[in-house]
Amino acid sequence: MPQAKLNQFPVMPETSTQPPAITNLRSSHTRKTQVLVLVVIVSNVVGNVSLSHGMGQVGSILSGSVLEYLKAFARALENPWTILGICVLIVWILTDLALLSRADLSFVLPVTASAYVLVALGGHFLLHEHISGLRWAGIVLITGGVILAEETPDRTTQVTSEQQE
Amino acid sequence: MKWLLVAIIALCNTLGDVLNTAGMKRQGEVEDLRPRTLATMVSRIFRNPFVLGGFAAMAVSFFALLSLLSITTVSFAVPATAVSYLLETLLAKYVLKEDVRWRRWAAATLVAFGVVLLSF
Repeated sequence: MPQAKLNQFPVMPETSTQPPAITNLRSSHTRKTQVLVLVVIVSNVVGNVSLSHGMGQVGSILSGSVLEYLKAFARALENPWTILGICVLIVWILTDLALLSRADLSFVLPVTASAYVLVALGGHFLLHEHISGLRWAGIVLITGGVILAEETPDRTTQVTSEQQE
Repeated sequence: MKWLLVAIIALCNTLGDVLNTAGMKRQGEVEDLRPRTLATMVSRIFRNPFVLGGFAAMAVSFFALLSLLSITTVSFAVPATAVSYLLETLLAKYVLKEDVRWRRWAAATLVAFGVVLLSF
């Protein structure tokens, strides 16, 4: 008889304030996670595109001898685009780890895959790389995957007391 | 050579992401991106064998990626890691015990096929 009980106690301040409080807590957690997702995606795109541009200028570094290989890496580190790419990818690694401390890997993976879409579009518009029909189809599939994953809760594992210290 | 590098990147990506996730979950949630918070996070990482192991895998993957980028374009190099998506989702479900239902399976599958198509 839940309805009868509700009628008996029409005003229940504790229960009436609790649901919005919990919702606020959850949405604040989700909002922070979403901001992290954005930073991770943008740093991934900027880092990879800069690094690719720099390595393209440096040229092939595959070589038979280890010494030649190391020399080529040293040469790559003199290129400003390579340096920028590596610095931004360090930001990407740190923010990605922060994100993984808050959200599921199976949530983070598909959602941050939107970086591939942005890299492909960036390669098309900035580096003038061709996008074929198949590659456009790939962009559509990934976007669908990102939207599906976005509809799932960002964390499904428990936070233990040991983790809260 | 191209495909050997692709295999190394995929395997090390999977290992690195699973170890990093396990390690970061043990470390506790990062609340903001202030330099001090990140410094604390990094100092804890140096005492976290899971994340250190993840870093080792990422380092191997990174140098393989540098080599791959020097012989092909960014549009080929990045989507070439497609294989790791399904493997990582599988490990997320059974090793990390995440709640992976149809939406996440579908998302991982769409992304995996998407990045394969993207490499054409």
